[in-house]
Amino acid sequence: MIALTDYLTLAAILFSLSVAGIFLNRKNIIIILMSIELMLLSVNINFIAFSHFLGDLSGQVFVFFILTVAAAEAAIGLAILVVLFRNKRTIDVDELDTMKG
Amino acid sequence: MGFENIVFYVFAGIMVFSALMVITVKNPVQAALFLVLTFFSCAAIWMLLEAEFLAIALVLVYVGAVMVLFLFVVMMLDINVARMRAAFMQYLPIGIAVLVTMAVMMFMVVNQIHIDAPGRAAANYNNTRELGLVLYTVYVYPFEIAAVILLVAIIAAIALTLRRRPNTKHQNPDLQIAVKRDDRIRMVKMDTEEKK
Repeated sequence: MIALTDYLTLAAILFSLSVAGIFLNRKNIIIILMSIELMLLSVNINFIAFSHFLGDLSGQVFVFFILTVAAAEAAIGLAILVVLFRNKRTIDVDELDTMKG
Repeated sequence: MGFENIVFYVFAGIMVFSALMVITVKNPVQAALFLVLTFFSCAAIWMLLEAEFLAIALVLVYVGAVMVLFLFVVMMLDINVARMRAAFMQYLPIGIAVLVTMAVMMFMVVNQIHIDAPGRAAANYNNTRELGLVLYTVYVYPFEIAAVILLVAIIAAIALTLRRRPNTKHQNPDLQIAVKRDDRIRMVKMDTEEKK
């Protein structure tokens, strides 16, 4: 049998990989958005693993809502990206300094 | 080592490998395709956890919709890959350091958790039905809010990317339908002319 620890370790590795992905590709917004999707996926694995091992379906309902919010986030993020590219002809994070932040 | 272990370790291996490729490949199109592979193997692992509905929803929603959206955007934009990769080697050491540190620390935490595995559900257990029973009773109000969030996302995405170009020629169906007879023809009073 596969223990709960195995699932949680898998999710931890996935989360660490996506954080490292944000560090490595910090100029490319598309890869950063993909890394955020991976992070949400690893959190979902935790939710479903606990839901299975504790015998409580509420965890799966939460995953349902996370999927909804992640889809909305991806749609709006990509729309912002398209508008950004239309205006500046680049998606380099370093050149997004219009607001002097 | 049972069949379940083989399934778990094979799909977990595919998942970690493809996630690693997502963050390291040069071409964003390849990264998106490896992300699809990650979602597929994750769906297999959710199947192992008896979350069949969410596994299918993950494939339908993510692989079918979100990743296609990603691919569209990646192919639509003209990305200078070489410039994007310029800082990659520079940040590689700190990236590996963050990866190892976070993975080891989280492993030390989750290694303390021990919950006995529950038995497998009966053959007539319906995950979709059980999930629906919870979703439409206890969580019906958050469910409606989720619907509103999706509506807002649709409107926001369309409003952001809508572009009005005043010089293009196009039809206005509203004006076409609202047109009246008097707008198009003009009655002229005149005397009849004699044929010569």
